[in-house]
Amino acid sequence: MHHKTIAELAAGLERKEFSSVELTQACLERIERLDASLNCFITITAETALAQARAADLRIAQGDAAPLTGIPIAQKDIFCTRGVRTSCGSRMLDNFISPYDACVVERFNAAGAVMLGKLNMDEFAMGSSNETSFYGAVRNPWNTSTVPGGSSGGSAAAVAARLTPGATGTDTGGSIRQPAAFCGITGIKPTYGRISRWGMIAFASSLDQAGPMARTAEDCAIMLQAMAGFDERDSTCVDRPVPDYRAALGNSLEGLRIGLPKEFFGEGLDPAIAGLIQDAVDEYKQLGATVKDVSLPHMHLSAPAYYVVAPAECSSNLARFDGVRFGHRCENPADLADLYTRSRGEGFGAEVKRRILIGTYALSAGYYDAYYLKAQKIRRLISEDFRRAFEEVDVIMGPTSPSVAFEFGAKSADPIAMYLSDIYTIAVNLAGLPGMSIPVGFSNGLPVGMQIIGGYFSEDRLLNVAHRYQQATDWHTRAPAGLAD
Amino acid sequence: MSLSAAEVNKIAWLARLAIDDDKVEAYARDLSQILDFVEQLGSADTSQVAPMAHPLDEAQRLRPDAVTEADQRALFQSQAPLVEAGLYLVPKVIE
Repeated sequence: MHHKTIAELAAGLERKEFSSVELTQACLERIERLDASLNCFITITAETALAQARAADLRIAQGDAAPLTGIPIAQKDIFCTRGVRTSCGSRMLDNFISPYDACVVERFNAAGAVMLGKLNMDEFAMGSSNETSFYGAVRNPWNTSTVPGGSSGGSAAAVAARLTPGATGTDTGGSIRQPAAFCGITGIKPTYGRISRWGMIAFASSLDQAGPMARTAEDCAIMLQAMAGFDERDSTCVDRPVPDYRAALGNSLEGLRIGLPKEFFGEGLDPAIAGLIQDAVDEYKQLGATVKDVSLPHMHLSAPAYYVVAPAECSSNLARFDGVRFGHRCENPADLADLYTRSRGEGFGAEVKRRILIGTYALSAGYYDAYYLKAQKIRRLISEDFRRAFEEVDVIMGPTSPSVAFEFGAKSADPIAMYLSDIYTIAVNLAGLPGMSIPVGFSNGLPVGMQIIGGYFSEDRLLNVAHRYQQATDWHTRAPAGLAD
Repeated sequence: MSLSAAEVNKIAWLARLAIDDDKVEAYARDLSQILDFVEQLGSADTSQVAPMAHPLDEAQRLRPDAVTEADQRALFQSQAPLVEAGLYLVPKVIE
């Protein structure tokens, strides 16, 4: 049962081949058996899941099922879940039981989905390898000595290991796409503002975006349908109709114009990955697409701009964690300043502290114009680069990451090397565009992902482009050895 | 750009963030590296470029200035480290 996709499981539930309770029990048993070696979950909500599954079975019996009714999913621990620990991978929130559900969680609940638990992640979503979690690193199911990518590494590894058919992720600089690539699954970061951020713990508010992670583009379409849409509680959420994503999967790719930016294929890219991307592009040609070279001339400034904007916004957002109203508080504070500084010093890990310090410096008196304002102007240049490219092509393709999953500790002592593992994904967040990653092959036994970028609100096109490729290939069906049974 | 240990301590104080004395040098080294990395931003002429806050240049949406939420103080304070009579307790600020 764990090899079935969300679409197949929904069909099975509808045909009464199995119940949601049976399906949920199967997932929970698999989590119990395998998660000790992978560390994907921070919290497992077995009792709640089974109660939700019983309610879903009743709903299905009454003929009131939505496409996700009775389907088990797991939530990245960045989403607030009422009555369930919401830690964001941090000691700061180790004792935090959220009093409310995030908008995304509300929508999955309304659709009748079953929540298996909360997934491990880099602390406050800051990381590219899932090595910064207070709860320990997640292991990549394809090779447990390598990282699963970050920050949605728990989500990607859990889907790849077939512990859950789908999971939520968030993407501030590539945190859905890069772990999806490292773990050989499919993930989409929608347009900024497409999904409400209400109840999603903020890292960098002008970049953060939730999205689905699953094995196939079709499953991502089903999940995105439930997640997307206007929410007045998030003032950055865009009020725009949500298309029928699944219906768009039937569109032909005849005449699709693919752009290949030369900046995606330069120095630093693993040649094996470049070859697999070219193979995938060739497959698209077979499907009727045409290919054109394009240029994104400010691409090289995306990582430096990101490492001003993201830390600046994180230093502001994380100011709320002060030990007063919730979260970790230090013992016996001498005065209020001691309470603030020690609670924050004890609650946050090294990478979070590093980013708060950089952000505080960039926003401090005399430096705002030189750093934050400058970086926001660079964002405009990057966005204009994409706008010009999309006048000539429908989608842009390239590698998701310059390498396959790396070994634990390989980059943790060098922050710049770690930051550059998101080099191809960051520009998409700065511009606010949608982007997704799909599996296109293997290098040294590890999955390789290809990134597909589209214009604003073109999620339906991206999902269709990915789905057509997945109908013609089988990379997305491969399972890690030892976890296939 | 090279940050000294004293500058790191000053930034940490501005951020109300305690960092261990034996780690200050390492933070100074990492932060200096990161600042060197972002120096590349200076290579682009942005004198005629408007900063981008929202990718779609959307304005911040406002709602009517009216109370829309019920009082949930007891629920929210159930998460607090220390409360008394509906108030959050912190160390004394005024002698």
